[in-house]
Amino acid sequence: MKAIVSVIGKDKKGIIAKVSNALYEMSINIEDISQTIMQDYFTMIMAVDIAECPLKFDAIAKQLSILGNENRLEIHIQLQSIFDSMHKIDTGKKEI
Amino acid sequence: MYSSNEIIETINMISQQHLDVRTITLGISLFDCITDSKQRTCDKIYDKIMSKAKNLVKIGNDISSELGVPIVNKRISITPVSLISAASKGHLEIIRTLDKIADETGVDFLGGYSALVHKAMTPYEKEFLLSIPEALSTTNKICSSVNVATSKAGINMDAVALMGKIVKECAYLTRDKDSLACAKLVVFANAVEDNPFMAGAFLGAGEDDTVVNVGVSGPGVVKTALEKCHGDLTEVAECIKQTAFKITRVGQLVAKEASKRLDASFGIVDLSLAPTPVIGDSVAHILEEIGLESVGAYGTTACLAMLNDAVKKGGIMACSNVGGLSGAFIPVSEDAGMIKATEIGALNLEKLEAMTAVCSVGLDMIAIPGDTTADVISGIIADEIAIGVVNTKTTAVRVIPVYGKKAGDTAEFGGLLGRAPIMNINKYSPAKFIGRGGRIPAPLHSNKN
Repeated sequence: MKAIVSVIGKDKKGIIAKVSNALYEMSINIEDISQTIMQDYFTMIMAVDIAECPLKFDAIAKQLSILGNENRLEIHIQLQSIFDSMHKIDTGKKEI
Repeated sequence: MYSSNEIIETINMISQQHLDVRTITLGISLFDCITDSKQRTCDKIYDKIMSKAKNLVKIGNDISSELGVPIVNKRISITPVSLISAASKGHLEIIRTLDKIADETGVDFLGGYSALVHKAMTPYEKEFLLSIPEALSTTNKICSSVNVATSKAGINMDAVALMGKIVKECAYLTRDKDSLACAKLVVFANAVEDNPFMAGAFLGAGEDDTVVNVGVSGPGVVKTALEKCHGDLTEVAECIKQTAFKITRVGQLVAKEASKRLDASFGIVDLSLAPTPVIGDSVAHILEEIGLESVGAYGTTACLAMLNDAVKKGGIMACSNVGGLSGAFIPVSEDAGMIKATEIGALNLEKLEAMTAVCSVGLDMIAIPGDTTADVISGIIADEIAIGVVNTKTTAVRVIPVYGKKAGDTAEFGGLLGRAPIMNINKYSPAKFIGRGGRIPAPLHSNKN
């Protein structure tokens, strides 16, 4: 299952390292990363595959949220299908 | 891969602009529960609904967590109870069964304590209607609706007259809770069979055994998009359309996924913009963003007509099956902007009535003085129903004559139902007109002017 991890917060050292390490520990594979600074805010989008992760989805979301709180970052994980739905016209072949 | 802007847009819509799925409503047909025994009918209803809906709340919460979108309510709608109980006359027992089911499944509302009497009432249906006050005053989550007119049958004025009395009785029986029972009762013209929204949800006779209908929301998202639109009204309409498209896509996704997991058919997505009392989730504020000093000002009906039409145009492309009420809701007590406009005197009942001619769904969640007579309430109902019948659209009335309170006071309902300033209304009597009874014939559907 494909999901999107989004990380938003004040730019500081080690954000990518911390988030990717947390994902690695949950056996989540990172397939693509893009990052940018928007209005002073560090914004990172990761496309990930959670197929090999033993945790349930809400447990993954909770772990990332805890990591976010510790580092004053907003970290969300959502299934890719919501972004497909809202931003692409043709989503007929894609399922959750 | 998506651009950062797209991802951030989606996240902001959810976290700051109150984009949510208002409800997943699981429609369950009860035709296979009809028996001539009260007890057996109740047992069959209990078994059928529990077997279909026991995981509804959990599945709704799972989908919400995976997509990161709040799903505010999980609801059940059923075949109109008057059809199911006619053989056993067991409606009073069914009330208790439904109340138990609502508690055990943990759903927010259960709708369908309903009757369809748009042409005439059978003697049993009259008995059923008279039980509505008891059903709504002794339960918390049961909702009731009565269809009193259609464009093809005309208006059943006997039922309109009776509903005025029933609304008063509901108000009296819940006099210690600001007449809350009236908030769970809707009187319809042209009621739809696949409505996911309360209090008017029921599952029509033409529907599948179990059906998922989803209602989306998101007035805040539309308002935020309009804040950045400085063009003319063609551009405003375009902006609303594009935003409605995105909102509806979320509804479509949730409906598809929920129907798969509940093993039910995918019914419809209802495109309605449904406000909540939370600041930033108001339909009135959209109209004000377009350029009105306050909702209720001259120009309100035109703005609302455009909003309603643009929401449908955007939503219909986004979704394979659109239905329900699909438009902009204007429930006064559930919309911070409508509450304010009423308090400052910018919005009155007559303007609201005009607004309902161009949007869904009707005079909704309007508190009126507690001493309003049953005849006057029937008059309000008759006017609103006539708008629906002549314009071939759904209209509805959900007014609350708040027991013991007068114009200028406030009624508090709590939660999604909000609070309502009590409106001043015209006191002249329609008693002779209402007392005549009978049926207003169906209108001509050609030579429209």
